[in-house]
Formats: sequence, C-alpha cells, structure tokens
Amino acid sequence: MGELAVFIILSAVILIPGVIVVTSGNIVRSALSLVPTFFGVTGFYIMLQAEFVAGIQVLIYAGAITVLILFVIMLTEGGSGVEVRQVNEQVPLGATAALWLAFLMLLVFVRTPWSLSPGRPPAYSAPAIGQSFLTNYVLIFEVTSLVLLVALIGAIVIARREE
Amino acid sequence: MSTFVEILKAALLGVLVFTFLAIVGAMYGVYFERKISGWIQVRYGPKHVGPWGLLQTIADTLKLLQKEHITPRRADAMIFNTAPIIVAVAGLLDWVVIPFGTAFGRVLVVRDINIGIVYFSAMASLTVIGILAAGWSSNNKYALLGGLRSASQMISYEIPLALALLWAAMLAGTLSTVGIIEAQRGGWFLFKVPPFGLIAGLVFLIAATAEVNRMPFDLPEAESELVAGYFAEYTGMRFALFQLGEYAEMFAMAAVASILFLGGWLEPTMPQWVWALLGLGALALAAFIRFSALRQVLLVRPILALAVLGAVLCGLMVVGIGLGRTPVLPSMLWFFAKMFGLVFFLMWMRWTYPRLRLDQLLGLSWKVLLPVGLLNLLITGFLLTVAR
Repeated sequence: MGELAVFIILSAVILIPGVIVVTSGNIVRSALSLVPTFFGVTGFYIMLQAEFVAGIQVLIYAGAITVLILFVIMLTEGGSGVEVRQVNEQVPLGATAALWLAFLMLLVFVRTPWSLSPGRPPAYSAPAIGQSFLTNYVLIFEVTSLVLLVALIGAIVIARREE
Repeated sequence: MSTFVEILKAALLGVLVFTFLAIVGAMYGVYFERKISGWIQVRYGPKHVGPWGLLQTIADTLKLLQKEHITPRRADAMIFNTAPIIVAVAGLLDWVVIPFGTAFGRVLVVRDINIGIVYFSAMASLTVIGILAAGWSSNNKYALLGGLRSASQMISYEIPLALALLWAAMLAGTLSTVGIIEAQRGGWFLFKVPPFGLIAGLVFLIAATAEVNRMPFDLPEAESELVAGYFAEYTGMRFALFQLGEYAEMFAMAAVASILFLGGWLEPTMPQWVWALLGLGALALAAFIRFSALRQVLLVRPILALAVLGAVLCGLMVVGIGLGRTPVLPSMLWFFAKMFGLVFFLMWMRWTYPRLRLDQLLGLSWKVLLPVGLLNLLITGFLLTVAR
C-alpha cells in the first residue's frame, strides 16, 4: 500500500515536469524541468534497492547532464530563453504515431506474463557492480571506455581547429 | 507504525541538524570569516554588537529578514525565486552522511548509507544548477557571466574531487563515510602509502576550494569585475540563503576532508613522548615567531595562532595520557577540531591569495589536478595489489 502510494507520487513527480519539458515555450525552463524528472527516476531506483545506481543517477543526470544542457543553451546564439516552438504543422501525424506506439506498448505490457518469484535483491550492490564489470561484462566495459576516449579526442580536435 | 516513527525521527533529525547548521554554519561562519579577515589584515572586524561583536551576524540576519524581496521586472520570476532554495537545500543535504563522532556507543550521523561519498558528491554537484538558474533568471549580464563561469569551474573541478574521493574509497574498501573512518584506526589516510596519501589530500583540498567557489577560485562572484556574480540581483533573505548554502557547503567540504584524510572523529594514537615533542615543537615555533621580526609579517600571524592552539592540544593529550584515560578527549571535539582547522585554512587562503584568471583556473584543473589524480589512483592501486 505504502509502496503503491510512493509509486504514484514519484510517477507524478516524473510525468508533470516531463510534460513541461516537451510543451514549454521557454527552452531554459524545459531544461530545468528535467531536474525533478531525474529525481523521480532516482526515487524509483531507491525503491528497487539500487542505491548505487540512484547516487550515480543524481551525480550524472541531475548534476552533470542538466548543467551541460544549460551550458550549451546559454553559449549558443539566441539561446537565452527566447520563445521556441516545440511543434510544427505535423501535429496530427505525430499524435497518431504516438498513440499507436502507446497502444502497442500497453499491449505488450498486458500480454506479457510477468513472472513473480519470491526472492531478495542482493544487500549491497556497489562491489557486485564492480565485480561484474571486470568479469562477465569486461568487453562492454572496455568498449564503452573506448567510445569515451574517441569522444574526448574528437572534442580536442574540434577545439584545436578553431584556434 | 514503525514507518511513522522512522519519518518522525528523520524529520526531527533534519530540523535539529539543519537549524544547528543554519546557525553555526552560516551565521558564525560569516562572523569568523569577518573576524579572521580583520585579524589577518590588522583590523578589528565586527566589534560593536554584543561582546566582541558576537551578535553582529544575528543583527545582520534580522536586518535581511525585514528587507523587501525585489524581483527584477524582466526576470523569470519562478526560476529566480527557486534558485536560492536549490543552493541552500543542496548545501544542507551534504550533511546527511557526515558523522560527527560517537556517543553512548553509537555513531552520531543522520544516516550511514552504503553509498555515502557518492551521495555526497551527487549533492555537491547539485549546487551548480541553482547557481546557473540564478545567473540566467536574473536577466543581468554580470549574473549570467557569473553563472556560466561557475558552471565551467564546478564541472572541471568535480572530476579531481571525485578522483580524490575514489582514492580514499579504494583504500578503505567501502563508500560509507563511517566505514572510511573505521578503516583509519591504524593511521590517517593522509600518511598512508606515502607520499600518495598526501598528494590525494592536496588534490582534494584544492578541488574542494574550487568547488565551493572560494578565493583563489571565486571567479563566479568576483566582486571587482562582476559586481557580485550570480547573486547580484538578489535581496533580503534570498541573498542570505545563498550565503547559507555557500557556508554549509564549505563546512561540509572541510568535514569530508577531515573524514577522508584526517581520520574524522578518531583520536590519533601516539605515545606520550611524541605528543610532548610535538607540543614543545609548536611552542618553540610560536616563541620564535613571537620574539622575532616575523610577527610583523601578516602572512605569519595565522601560523602563530595555529602553533599556540596545537601546543595547547598536545599539552592536553600529554596530561590525559599521563592520567591513563584511553580516549583522552571526546570524539566530537576531535572532529570539530579537525573540521574547524580546515575551515580556518580555507579562510586563511581566501584573505591571502589573489584571484586566478579563468584560463589559469581551467588549466590547473585539466592539466595538473586531473593527471595527478589519475596517476595517483593508478599507482596506489598498483602498490596495494602488489603488497597484497
């Protein structure tokens, strides 16, 4: 019961700012509305007892990604909160596509036999995450670091060219 | 029913810790800042309200509470009014994971969560959203410049800060703040794996100073070029909330530095003669400064004060060990001594050094602190693996 109440509150915390993100005419308000959305998702992670992921969610998404988005908005031309249109003439077409997608997803959620089994999540997840990164998922881990390295080098190349 | 009790406990602890911090952290932070700056610059500082000017900040707060809230006409009112709250709350939330000491066999901490220092750095990184929002919504070019400077500065210095946090977490094998202190029973992390502990501590201290926007890294609010930076348009209590957030975060950074590298509330275990030697050394230093021409040098004045206080502490330890008490001084006293020592150091730096230029600031982070932090982590990890 308490869990359901928390779920509903967190969903509202995620969805209401989410609607503002896609409807607001002010781009800075859109970007700032992302913050409560990220906090709502953090709440879900805590409910699922994934504390480490929750901490990283706040650190990376709320603390870094939002700041990066704001930074980009404020440094680009005409980005200081001027009115932007988020929709164009294709509204009916887009709405139809969105409705179809929602219908299909609902269908999948209803049709899938979600199997419930009694069990407890592991007590403390940070060492387990580290272990699995360096054993079972080492290839993915290394490829991710390679992607980051490429992005870093790309940023340096672009920054050097401007000089 | 237990949920209700839990919520009540959390609320009461929140009120207790937050009021305590609002009073001690911000009001007396400002008072000490003004008093110490005056003393370093051979002025008196506040001295008229109350004995030694002790009530000056209370008077200032009362004044600020009565002031009108002015929202500039072209400002984005909603974001403008929310920004100070974000900064203040983010600064105060840091304190949830900070243990103050032990009493009655329990650790005095609001919550010892297993991701303690990840939580801390997450909360510390939230401040920048408030600062950016304040800078942008004021609709003032100086405020916007201050906000942008702050964003680039805090993003740059978060990385060396996180590397130094990781160093301590790697040595302790846990992310919990209480666990990290317990791991330092054998000795402070500052002196572990010499000289790498010292390097990590230094990287943390520099990055923490930059992260809380203090001199020599206070470009976001550089008075001489940006009026007051991101809070140039704020009045009354909203302005005070920014101050509260700033001081709460500065005290939290000092507290975390003392937890990670100076053993938190733990009492250093050294034989009596070492304490006696240290005390005599401090006394000799104090006497040398006092009776030579050095006492005229403004830079040396804080060293004299620290030496006298250190000698008093060492004297207490010698007497205490002589009387046969096992923890000679209460653990909270040790925590606050270390924390306020670091706070004093930060204030000393602020009133001693000039401000860096923006390119120097970013260069220091990306070209010096980041490689040093990374190499430090790598070499220490290698040494620990070999030693095992």
